[in-house]
Amino acid sequence: MTEPKLSEDIKKVVEKWRNKKGSLVMILHEIQNAYGYVPRETSLELSKYLDVPLARIYEVITFYNYFKLEKPGKHRIAVCMGTACYLKGAPVILQELKELLDVEEGHNTKDGLFALDVVRCLGCCGLAPVMMIDDKVYGKVKKEEIMNILSEYGKEE
Amino acid sequence: MDKKIVLLKDTSIGAADKTKEYYSLILNLLRDQNLQDSVQVVRVADIGFYDQGLVLKILPGQVTYGRVQESDLLPVITETIQGNKVLDRLALEPNEKQLRIVLRNCGQIDPENFDDYIAADGYAALKKVITEYKPEQVIEQLKASGLRGRGGAGYPTWMKWNFARQVKAEQKYIVCNGDEGDPGAYMDRSVLEGDPHSVIEGMMIGAYAIGASQGYFYIRAEYPLAVERIQKAIAQAYEYGLLGKNILGTDFSFDVEIRLGAGAFVCGEETALLASIEGKRGTPQPRPPYPSIKGLWGKPTVINNVETLANIPVILLKGGAWFGKIGTEKSKGTKVFALTGKIKNSGLIEVPMGTTIRDIVYHIGGGMLASKGIKAVQTGGPSGGVIPKEFLDEPVDYENLQKLGSIMGSGGMIVMDEDDCLVDIAKFYLKFCVEESCGKCAPCRIGGFQMLSLLENITSGKGTASDLAKMRRIALAMQKASLCGLGQTASNPVLSTLKYFAAEYKSHIEDKKCVAGKCRYLLNYQIIPEKCKKCGLCLTNCVFGAITGNREQGYILDPAKCTKCGRCYEVCKFKAINKG
Repeated sequence: MTEPKLSEDIKKVVEKWRNKKGSLVMILHEIQNAYGYVPRETSLELSKYLDVPLARIYEVITFYNYFKLEKPGKHRIAVCMGTACYLKGAPVILQELKELLDVEEGHNTKDGLFALDVVRCLGCCGLAPVMMIDDKVYGKVKKEEIMNILSEYGKEE
Repeated sequence: MDKKIVLLKDTSIGAADKTKEYYSLILNLLRDQNLQDSVQVVRVADIGFYDQGLVLKILPGQVTYGRVQESDLLPVITETIQGNKVLDRLALEPNEKQLRIVLRNCGQIDPENFDDYIAADGYAALKKVITEYKPEQVIEQLKASGLRGRGGAGYPTWMKWNFARQVKAEQKYIVCNGDEGDPGAYMDRSVLEGDPHSVIEGMMIGAYAIGASQGYFYIRAEYPLAVERIQKAIAQAYEYGLLGKNILGTDFSFDVEIRLGAGAFVCGEETALLASIEGKRGTPQPRPPYPSIKGLWGKPTVINNVETLANIPVILLKGGAWFGKIGTEKSKGTKVFALTGKIKNSGLIEVPMGTTIRDIVYHIGGGMLASKGIKAVQTGGPSGGVIPKEFLDEPVDYENLQKLGSIMGSGGMIVMDEDDCLVDIAKFYLKFCVEESCGKCAPCRIGGFQMLSLLENITSGKGTASDLAKMRRIALAMQKASLCGLGQTASNPVLSTLKYFAAEYKSHIEDKKCVAGKCRYLLNYQIIPEKCKKCGLCLTNCVFGAITGNREQGYILDPAKCTKCGRCYEVCKFKAINKG
């Protein structure tokens, strides 16, 4: 699934939702699940296929934080900025990540290995401060541990 | 004599843990009495009580003693263990501050196992309702229960249902709002993940009462497990004929679908949520018309929060009158809180309405972390406010929290200590609302932004005396003129901190000081010559050239060049750098 066009799989998804009311958000979810973001080419194809103006599709994509227009880095780092994490030092964790990776939040590292995101609440406030890399949750993170955690992801390459 | 077990733990705060000493003392005493074989003594890590000195729990019988002194040990052994007599002067009240209604099944049943839910009286309420009750009777039961919406505003659930019931329409909808977006709250997530069937059952009872044939679960996409569990539960319900056409052989038919949220806090607002389900941008609409009259695709729609729906099956099974006995005069039942912050036991708790904040923080939360004193408790997330420690003995219910300048909200409860700067907290919440503002109406879009820039000035030492009055004026405009709840309540954290912690704002503005030491730009770093070992570590770490000197003469920090990054403070091994 690397070709960012309206592949057969996506067409199937669209067919599934076509006759249901208000399905655009759900179709976009499926596209993002497949590619990790919503490529412009796919939106163009989708617009023709559904006969919906491109502007209407973009208006929805850009409204919701969840949808991405850029291809994300290989590993997604999500730093929780919920209140509990904020109080227990999440800003320090975020700052350290930014410095170590030389990247701003919402962007990818230059090598494309990591994408750094700030998220609202991961729903595990008891473990604050929390960060998540891909599907793995790291709780009670200390600033000094971050380097080690990141290095595990660098090794696989 | 039956074999007895004694659990013990020294729960003193701020003193050395003497559990081990007491343990040997008890063992010696037991040996003296020749009881060592019939009594087992166990040291435990947590005994459910905090700050009660030495706590002993004697099993079976469940007697718990607190503040036990060395001299009490012998009487405990001879009278309680041997004589089965309870020593009233030592006995502690059982720590049953919690009451689980919403969370009744969470952690008790396997959420993916349909039979587990059935065994826990699952779908019994639904069966009773659709075979024995008329829709009016369901609403009567709810009226008697006094249940109010758990999403935040606390609107009586029966009224919402009744409005939708009275409207004549071919199609009606019921929606479960599971787009929990408050930072620091995860009640809905736990219920959806831990007991998905009870939410579905609650929704079906609601659908029957209002006459809806289609339901939607609107769940955050960030909660994949919750989505998966609900999906599975829906499939199971279809399989057993509990969803679909002619449920349990009655005329009642009902279908459910899932719609995913996509990360927009404003979608917690009813009209915005509906727009999002319709596949549009989630911007709110002016009300009236209310969704119960004109909602999803113009049809009457009831929107209930996850926690509200999880209450419904129990209410119908045990009767509204039973539920109405729990809680305070105007707030019935229980409330689930996500208790977090600077306390010992973070987690999800459920307490009857009317429990005091002190009980929640100290009895359930186990008291404060470290030895720092409590400063305030925040409830209601970005739409709520802070409650200072003077009001710890106030009971928690809708009216009371509002009176104190906060709200019940969806159930985040965050405990803050002396290290937390309330101006910084206000800024944190306001920033959240500014980022989440959908931008449709000017009071919220512009007001929030302007207020935030004033707060940023204050926390970076550029605040002026007139800023506070300006913030109050903006807050008033936002409250009165914003289109939806997000804008109307966005200023609450600022207003409530201004009300209770005005002195803290003042010291930021006038003295340029942050007492809690949180606001980076108000801190001053200094090298203390007496403690400095002249190692030079701070010099090599200061990339801004603010530290000068050498190994012979020592080092000095030039405040004019210092960017207050705090690097020197962190690297100094001798605590020779003063922050304040």
